[in-house]
Amino acid sequence: MELQYYLILSALLFTTGVIGVLIRRNAIIIFMCIELMLNAANLAFVAISRSLGEATGQVFVFFVMTVAAAEVAIGLAIIVSVFKHRQTINVDEVNSLKG
Amino acid sequence: MENLPLSVFILSSTAKIVIIVHMLLIGVMAMIWSERRVSGWMQDRLGPNRVGFQGILQPIADGLKFLFKEDLIPNHVDKPLYVLAPAMLLVPALVTVAVVPFGSSITILGYEIPLQIADINIGILYVLAITSLGVYGVVLGAWASNNKYSLLGGLRSSAQMISYELTLGLAIIGVLMLTSSLSLREIATAQGAYPWHWNFMIHFPAFLAFTTAMYAETNRLPFDLAEAEQELVAGYHTEYSSMKFAMFFMAEYMNMIVGSAVTVTLFLGGWHFFGLENMGGPVWSGIISFGIFFVKTAIFLFVFIWVRWTLPRFRYDQLMNFGWKFLLPVALTSIVVTGTLWIMTSSRLVVAIGNIVAAFIVASIVAGLLAMKTPKPAIQDSDSRLTPTALDAIE
Amino acid sequence: MNAEQILFILFGGVSLIGAIAVISFRHPIYSALSLIVTFFAQAGLFLLLGAHFVAAVQVIVYAGAIMVLFLFVIMLLNLGTLSAKGAMSGKLKGFAIVLGILLAVEGVYIATNVLNNTAIASAQPATETPTTTTYDIGELLFSKYLLPFEVTSLILLAALIGVIVLVKRGSEAEN
Repeated sequence: MELQYYLILSALLFTTGVIGVLIRRNAIIIFMCIELMLNAANLAFVAISRSLGEATGQVFVFFVMTVAAAEVAIGLAIIVSVFKHRQTINVDEVNSLKG
Repeated sequence: MENLPLSVFILSSTAKIVIIVHMLLIGVMAMIWSERRVSGWMQDRLGPNRVGFQGILQPIADGLKFLFKEDLIPNHVDKPLYVLAPAMLLVPALVTVAVVPFGSSITILGYEIPLQIADINIGILYVLAITSLGVYGVVLGAWASNNKYSLLGGLRSSAQMISYELTLGLAIIGVLMLTSSLSLREIATAQGAYPWHWNFMIHFPAFLAFTTAMYAETNRLPFDLAEAEQELVAGYHTEYSSMKFAMFFMAEYMNMIVGSAVTVTLFLGGWHFFGLENMGGPVWSGIISFGIFFVKTAIFLFVFIWVRWTLPRFRYDQLMNFGWKFLLPVALTSIVVTGTLWIMTSSRLVVAIGNIVAAFIVASIVAGLLAMKTPKPAIQDSDSRLTPTALDAIE
Repeated sequence: MNAEQILFILFGGVSLIGAIAVISFRHPIYSALSLIVTFFAQAGLFLLLGAHFVAAVQVIVYAGAIMVLFLFVIMLLNLGTLSAKGAMSGKLKGFAIVLGILLAVEGVYIATNVLNNTAIASAQPATETPTTTTYDIGELLFSKYLLPFEVTSLILLAALIGVIVLVKRGSEAEN
């Protein structure tokens, strides 16, 4: 398989994530779309790592996963506390700084 | 294996898959029967002994009953997920066994066939990955049931499984470091023929942590909070009946069997036993090694039942405290100590002693800190007095 | 068509369909499940690329931990579908989708044309799929990338403390 097919797939997955962030208002789904985008980047990393014949790309995937894990923990904690305050996680309704 | 011709490879693999899957299914029935009989014996009663010799056909009678019960789907459930959930629990339990080596190898017609379905180079990671999927069956079944008790069971179960998975993963790192391989076959081979060479001697605290975490992962007592009968009716499978319930039930026993097999491979020397596995010719040695592995797994499964009638169920906060503040530090210490001592001395004996001493120190420190910090609850509920004293210290 | 191409189309197709399902399902639980399917298909793609370790870690970290957390929060907050009030207007949605498709075209263009002139394209890909072992990754991680590796541990620590502070403050405010 050529590298390009993997990169095209990665680009399409990334775009799906972007569209999701743009059209959905549910904070949890927006968050999932961000995970999707990170994963698309991972796919590109691994594909290029294979094409170059070295493991560096996979090391970066490792870092991306670590950051994603940290981000999910923090993000979900924020979502939970926002929900506790306002009983909604619609990002359009969470629009004032005042708690 | 690469050195086998393709036709032989396909034939032998198919045979292995058929045999192992059937052994697993029969093992589930045997486990159900022995669990009921052993429970009866431990409680000084008989247990089922009417169907067949000593009640050995009881699981078949149970199975028939399950099949002929009405398979009802309540109106208020989320139908697609409700139907999917039992399968999502059963499938991971079935596929984990693919990487477990259940014997050395057997030579038939000049072909050496390893007694393992697939020897992949990331075997133990595969086991961890598939085990971590088991939680979806529980969580989705709970959520799809649209029932308060089920949901509570699912919430408990997901939190519990995430917490104990961590310990499960960390506890085996010491083993992996000394074996320097992720393949289950290599880990089993690296342990010598004698019990004092097996990994549980070198990594004793890690072995205990791993076993405890595995009990939690399989949702067995004392960790069966997801289906605590006294609090949650039946937890996540309250709304299930007939074969769907039977699938949950089978998955639990299958998880136990596979978990025991993995523990035997990782810590209890696999198919090794005082060189007995090398006796006999190329055919017999394979069969004997399989027998040894089988007996070890069976003994470990007996311990499952034993523990069930020895330790009462944890309270939820005790469960979380135990997992995060006690098991996790012990598993982490085991990694640090194993790594450091191995680099410094390259002696398995020193690592073994160091591990035990360090685990003891860490456990005492943690227990001391927790006892110092935790204020006594205002209302002493009757549950807490039932727990063993060691757990009181942790709490 | 050889086996690799068939598998690529299978896994790629499943991951793309899963990704589209994530943004189309109304209920977050179904979105989360579709995302799990996507992650699985991606683990399959990683296996195709010879990255066994990454594939296993993908399943352990994403499917085994991150998505369970998502499900946990969805169940804990008992989030159903959002009220109709919060829905976007159709015009805005259409605009967003057009913008997204533009981005997709751009990405595909870069992948097919621009990369041809760079070092990545000129590097001759190995004929056989080289299997990157865990050993290779470990060696890189603890030699060349030791500093980033340690920094990620700091990130995790910061996240850990952050979450505890966030949750603690919330529960203290209630008391």
